[in-house]
Amino acid sequence: MADIEALLGEPWVLSPSVALRPEPFGALAYHFGNRKLTFLKRPELVAVVRALGEQPDVRTALRATGVPEAEHRAYAEALLGLAAADMIRPRGVAA
Amino acid sequence: MTIAPERPARPTNGSLVDQFELGLDAPICLTWELTYACNLECAHCLSSSGRRDPRELTTEQCEAVIDELQRMQVFYVNIGGGEPTIRPDFWHLLEYAVEHQVGVKFSTNGVRITPERARFLASTDYVDVQISLDGATSEVNDYVRGAGSYDMALNALQNLQDAGFLDAKISVVCTRQNIGQLDEFKVLADLFGATLRLTRLRPSGRGADVWDELHPLPEQQRVLYDWLMANGEDVLTGDSFFHLAAFGESLPGLNLCGAGRVVCLIDPVGDVYACPFAIHEQFLAGNLLADGGFQEVWQRSELFTQLRSPQTGGACASCQFYDSCRGGCMAAKFFTGLPLDGPDPECVQGYGETALLAERSIPAPSQDHSKANATRNQPIMLQLLTRPPISDCAESPLAGYEPGAPPGGCCS
Amino acid sequence: MAAHPQDTHEDDTEPVVEELVVEDLIEEVSIDGMCGVY
Repeated sequence: MADIEALLGEPWVLSPSVALRPEPFGALAYHFGNRKLTFLKRPELVAVVRALGEQPDVRTALRATGVPEAEHRAYAEALLGLAAADMIRPRGVAA
Repeated sequence: MTIAPERPARPTNGSLVDQFELGLDAPICLTWELTYACNLECAHCLSSSGRRDPRELTTEQCEAVIDELQRMQVFYVNIGGGEPTIRPDFWHLLEYAVEHQVGVKFSTNGVRITPERARFLASTDYVDVQISLDGATSEVNDYVRGAGSYDMALNALQNLQDAGFLDAKISVVCTRQNIGQLDEFKVLADLFGATLRLTRLRPSGRGADVWDELHPLPEQQRVLYDWLMANGEDVLTGDSFFHLAAFGESLPGLNLCGAGRVVCLIDPVGDVYACPFAIHEQFLAGNLLADGGFQEVWQRSELFTQLRSPQTGGACASCQFYDSCRGGCMAAKFFTGLPLDGPDPECVQGYGETALLAERSIPAPSQDHSKANATRNQPIMLQLLTRPPISDCAESPLAGYEPGAPPGGCCS
Repeated sequence: MAAHPQDTHEDDTEPVVEELVVEDLIEEVSIDGMCGVY
């Protein structure tokens, strides 16, 4: 719970060694460093991930992309999953 | 190459596996056999390698393929052969791929992994090395891979470890003879700081000739499944045992046949096949030189479009385990002469054994790149299969009789 | 005739609000987790 609250207020960004490849159902994210492959199953999530680097924090990125408030928790959990695989990083962290 | 008509729009919901079965705009990763030349003559070689094909892609043509893979955002290519490091331009192509955002894993028997090359590899990121090994002892390994091949593989692993290369892979094809060595394989992997990879033997290439003798027995499949369930957390399988899902719980992986949907093979002359275990005209989608490039073949060949259309279970559809095993391996069925819409020859429910008893004809290989004359690397298994016939002029009534030897020739 | 007290005339199926779960959004797979690459 605390993780989600913290995440929502922080600035994040796509990791530099991640390739994001669009697919009909969303996108594939591949991390060249740790070889992990993650499926982003909704185009909205892909848009959020792309927007992260430009928005002051995750919550703003979710709103700017049009994700309903009721879904913010699920999206934040998904972002935590991406963070665990180093697909996204807190902004300001050295590579 | 026949071009398929316009693809129907696909539904956007459904599970990931459902989506994958309908295919992707680019493979996620693919196998690329750089050459049919090889210093070894493994008895079960899936590509029947040994002799270089004179039509092999040139260095420039290979670079063009890499450029295209980059444009398509193919993340990863698994380079093999034959023995890929035998190509003089191998190390150049390796660097070229990495510089063009295509990760590389290459499969090798270790012949060129010297301490110097190992140091080079340790200094390079985005490259994985996979050493082939089919026995935890030289006795078991060399029987199918040839005298000295065990030592060569372990030497390569040692060089990699000494050079500080992290996480090499040891890739094992599971056979009747090595399933009893699973724990020892794990010990070897731990010893070299490597990750163990176990994969399935398919009756492909020269594998068709030795499959009867080498493929695991039904009870051994159970042993393998149990071992993977107990120890498999840090063991890779390349999802090659999805047919074992019918034992109960699925093993990690997508549990589907990736042929023509998420993976494919580019062979040394630019032919594109659905799968490296299906090198046969029936699974040839086109040629990237003759048919407008790899992307064109991947996205528009008729074969791949057929493979990406919804598959019915055929004879397997009424089996309660169909959802988890998906009818097993297409290549295994094809090369044992079984219908593709029926059970896998190693179906764990036993339907495959029954099917094998019926009338079937094993397809003749489309091609054979095996060496014309045996070298000193020829494994004992192949020597036994290719014994010269007894002369009609032999005088002794016992000429050619060896007590305990298998009857007849190969394919018994 | 009196209705049985346990009879109900209500429709048993309420509209189901499908909550979005993280599995609907992401799924991780090993690059080695697909068959057809040796």
